[in-house]
Amino acid sequence: MLGQIVINGLLNGFVYALVAVGLTLTWGVMDIVNFAHGEFLLWGMYGAFWIWALVGLDPLLSLPLVVVLIFILGVLTYFLVIKRVLNAPGLTALLATFGLSMVLKNLTQFFWTANYRNVTDPLVSSDSFKIGGLYIRHDYIVAAAGALLLTFAVILFMNKTKTGVAIKATSMNKSAAQLMGINTNRIFAITFGLSGACVGAAAALMASFTPIYPEACALYSTIAFVIVALGGFGNIKGALYAGLIIGVAEAVGGYFIGTSFKYLVVFAIYLIVIQIKPRGLFGW
Amino acid sequence: MLKVRNLKLGYDNVPVIFGVDLDVHEKEVVSIVGSNGAGKSTILRGLSGLIKPMEGTIEFMGENINKIPAHKLVEMGIAHVPEGRQLFGKLSVKENLMMGAYVLKDEAKKKDALEQVFDLFPRLKERENQAAETFSGGEQQMLAIARGLMSKPKLLMIDEMSLGLAPVLVDKVMESLKIISSTGITVLLVEQKVQEALELADRGYVLSTGRILTSGTSQELLASDIVKKAYLGL
Repeated sequence: MLGQIVINGLLNGFVYALVAVGLTLTWGVMDIVNFAHGEFLLWGMYGAFWIWALVGLDPLLSLPLVVVLIFILGVLTYFLVIKRVLNAPGLTALLATFGLSMVLKNLTQFFWTANYRNVTDPLVSSDSFKIGGLYIRHDYIVAAAGALLLTFAVILFMNKTKTGVAIKATSMNKSAAQLMGINTNRIFAITFGLSGACVGAAAALMASFTPIYPEACALYSTIAFVIVALGGFGNIKGALYAGLIIGVAEAVGGYFIGTSFKYLVVFAIYLIVIQIKPRGLFGW
Repeated sequence: MLKVRNLKLGYDNVPVIFGVDLDVHEKEVVSIVGSNGAGKSTILRGLSGLIKPMEGTIEFMGENINKIPAHKLVEMGIAHVPEGRQLFGKLSVKENLMMGAYVLKDEAKKKDALEQVFDLFPRLKERENQAAETFSGGEQQMLAIARGLMSKPKLLMIDEMSLGLAPVLVDKVMESLKIISSTGITVLLVEQKVQEALELADRGYVLSTGRILTSGTSQELLASDIVKKAYLGL
């Protein structure tokens, strides 16, 4: 029984990790806390839903399209909202993203009502296969594998491409990056886009088994904040490990304490870890 | 190559540099010397576009560059090795160098630049996969200069490269500057170590509290009373 719970938690954790990877990019690289991250995820889910509802394309197949859409949303967010407040004092940027999150959430309700939406009869069903006494749902394992694959793709991008290394360089020393001829504005825009692309992908992966409504992503974004803090700001691998830890902790906690209290375990872990290691388990 | 007239620079509208005139000709080595807080670094920050002039003009290769952003100036051929090296600490030596070559589009050119700096500083090649932050001060300074050279600049500006280095290392780095200059790169040096900097340079400017006190050839300056009394303690 415990094995089953751990497996479910792990599968969930991979998707959490991908959402957190997106958040850790903007947070770690630009020092911008994007409160609208959850709404990016939300718009990704609605994007996947509407493509399914209108054109009949399954969310798993429309994933590349949703990724591009939310990438664009990220880039627009940078140029229209973040860029103007980048050098403003204190909490300005934070409040700006908070405002954006409110706007996006309410627009969602305005455009698409508060009704629950579900993708019915998805490409990958919710049936399970059995392996070593454990039941594994097809749709969960596909989402988890997809999330893991994309997380590695981001890691590869950051380590192996010129733009990826330039993102890291900019995060370490912005003015030195400018002196290398790096257009830091462009790098920030790409980083925001990439952050959006991560949640766009996560959204498409989850859309076929998650009810979609304006509040659907509030919890995901809170959990992503915890994961980023645990994994270390800007640390992508850290976000992956922390995502898995949180996924399992949530599932196991829910089993032992009760489902309604499962997040108690998540936040308790968070509070304890930041007391001992304020930069996170895998922080610099 | 570089022509600066009546340059006024500052931070948050508080001026630090008050109307500086400065010329650097092609293939010259020019030093700006002066004590701590004279505004030497601010001038370099202005020349590389990190801060924008409040007044005056900066011309590079005959073009007014007052409003051109820092990253574009690198493409035009200005490299600035900032004070305190400002390396990308978590990145490897090779990655730091490749960031230095960010503006080069041509792969062959990048390779060529890399070979040149490895020739100049063989030690960097031995440790190309090591993180920059694990280096000693002298090695970091070499890496910082090498990174500046990677963009194949016409003008290399180096800020306070002797800072925190043992005298023997200062000599070594100065020596490598001679080699760099001999390859046809123009060098603008900013230094607190007045004697060493002037000995290396063709010409110099003495800066004090944001104004040019005096200027001339290095021999003239080293022989002048101002420099002797105020900076060399003679």
